[in-house]
Amino acid sequence: MRAVRALGSEFQKVFTTRMWWLIAILLVAYVAFLAGGFGAFLGWTIENPDAAQTTGNNTQLPPGMQLAPLLYSFASSVGYVFPVLLGALAVTGEFRHKTLTPTFLAEPHRTTVLSAKFVSQLVVGAGLGVVAFTTSVGTGAAALAAFGLDTELDTSDTWALIGRGVLAMALWGAIGVGLGALVPNQVAAIVIVIAFTQFIEPILRLAASLNEVTAQIGQFLPGAASDALVGASFYNIAAVGSPEALEWWQGGLALLAIGVVATVIGGATTWRRDVS
Amino acid sequence: MAAGMPIEITGLSKRFGQVTAVDDLSFTVEPGRVTGFLGPNGAGKTTTLRVLLDLERATTGTATFGGTRYRDLPRPLETVGASLDANFHPGRSAKQHLAVYATAAGLSKSRVPAVLETVGLSEFAGRRVGGFSLGMRQRLSLAYTLLGDPGVLVLDEPVNGLDPEGIRWIRGFLQSLAHEGRTVLVSSHLLSEVQQSVDDIVIISRGRLVKSGPLSSLELEVAPRTVVDSPDRLRLAGALDQAGLEYTEDGEGFVVDEPDPGRVGHAAFVAGVELSALHRVTSGLEDSFLSLVGGGEQA
Repeated sequence: MRAVRALGSEFQKVFTTRMWWLIAILLVAYVAFLAGGFGAFLGWTIENPDAAQTTGNNTQLPPGMQLAPLLYSFASSVGYVFPVLLGALAVTGEFRHKTLTPTFLAEPHRTTVLSAKFVSQLVVGAGLGVVAFTTSVGTGAAALAAFGLDTELDTSDTWALIGRGVLAMALWGAIGVGLGALVPNQVAAIVIVIAFTQFIEPILRLAASLNEVTAQIGQFLPGAASDALVGASFYNIAAVGSPEALEWWQGGLALLAIGVVATVIGGATTWRRDVS
Repeated sequence: MAAGMPIEITGLSKRFGQVTAVDDLSFTVEPGRVTGFLGPNGAGKTTTLRVLLDLERATTGTATFGGTRYRDLPRPLETVGASLDANFHPGRSAKQHLAVYATAAGLSKSRVPAVLETVGLSEFAGRRVGGFSLGMRQRLSLAYTLLGDPGVLVLDEPVNGLDPEGIRWIRGFLQSLAHEGRTVLVSSHLLSEVQQSVDDIVIISRGRLVKSGPLSSLELEVAPRTVVDSPDRLRLAGALDQAGLEYTEDGEGFVVDEPDPGRVGHAAFVAGVELSALHRVTSGLEDSFLSLVGGGEQA
């Protein structure tokens, strides 16, 4: 009963501040720009191979790479930073605004509060996933259709990919909670999210793929695990992805484990501390 | 309303590294009375309250509500209402702020407008807290404590930032809460802020208990003295010396460590000194308080 109340309170916290829709708007804009823009660009090069050739760019997709899943997966392959941010802010915001005092007065069992944050951000992350895939499928399919290419919306594989993508976004929200519990300083948490997702991890994935042994480890990097779960990513064609990849369910379990371990460690350290 | 229950602090100590913030503190706060928890800034008041509310961990000792620790209360907000600092998410409205915690505590939604009405914030219910004045934040903080209609209230410096009208209002309000049988503990670093509304006092200094008991017991702490003055202070000083009276000189004359003006007058009469002033001064409660906490000069 207390768990249900704590969960309700956490949802209220998310939706009574402006951050969630700010994040949602940025997510939609970013995914629409990349999925629509990249779709239109690739559509144009396929339709006008000669013109594209003269620009000197090698715009050929690797063999066996399908365009539609690639475009749709932009929702999670670039959009995953948004649920992580929102999840981290759900924790760091309590430290920053010193609202842990009223929170722990209303529910003194701190583990209950942190668990409620974990579960609520799973759900909010899934919501952002639905928004992101609606955007990527909407803009991506529109771009494909405009150039008379197959949108592949009639295949169950496409819809399975979307489902796994929404699951990945949910897990990223939970990872955000874990990160926030580990790094309660809001500015530090935001810097870590941006730096790690946009810079450090892509480099690590590239570096790891250069060697057989590190490639085995590299596939457990959160971004790589996430791409494995979804099953398609522009990282694969950008040749940043490791040649090794987990099964989709292994990728999902790796993400879940990262979220749980971070949250448990954070819950046993910063979350236990004196609140002042 | 839940029944008021005593707050029991027993052998409580809290150390931060080398610093001892609270040192073997014991006292009890009874229901049906307003108790002032007093001490200078840094005396350990807020730390004591934070430990009592399980926001900080005690190094040793216990702090309970009728024997039950805060985290073990089955319905905490309906048993204890506490305001420690007026901190809010600036983006939430007053109504949303309270609703978030009403949900967490499983309280009826109707409590939110009810407590906003009680503290006089109804017309600002929908406004973002970020734009609130300090006084409005204090009122919202108080509204949070009343959310569960608790039998125990723990308020840290609730008068801070209130305007004179607000101060008068909160004094009457605390009294009415106590008359309903609730336990009311109010901290302050200024006795004068709360002396008109408290029945009992608990005074701490440097983390240790200095005094606890009814407010009236403070008056007996410092003996009354006699103020005496003369157009010829030099001769008056000689007369006082001769009579063996201890005194200090200040702007209005001599302050003599003697409660009976008659004895001082007699000493002057014997020496044939003309007097221009002779009266007894009882030191104020604030003086007693300051002498207890060792934080100020005798006025």
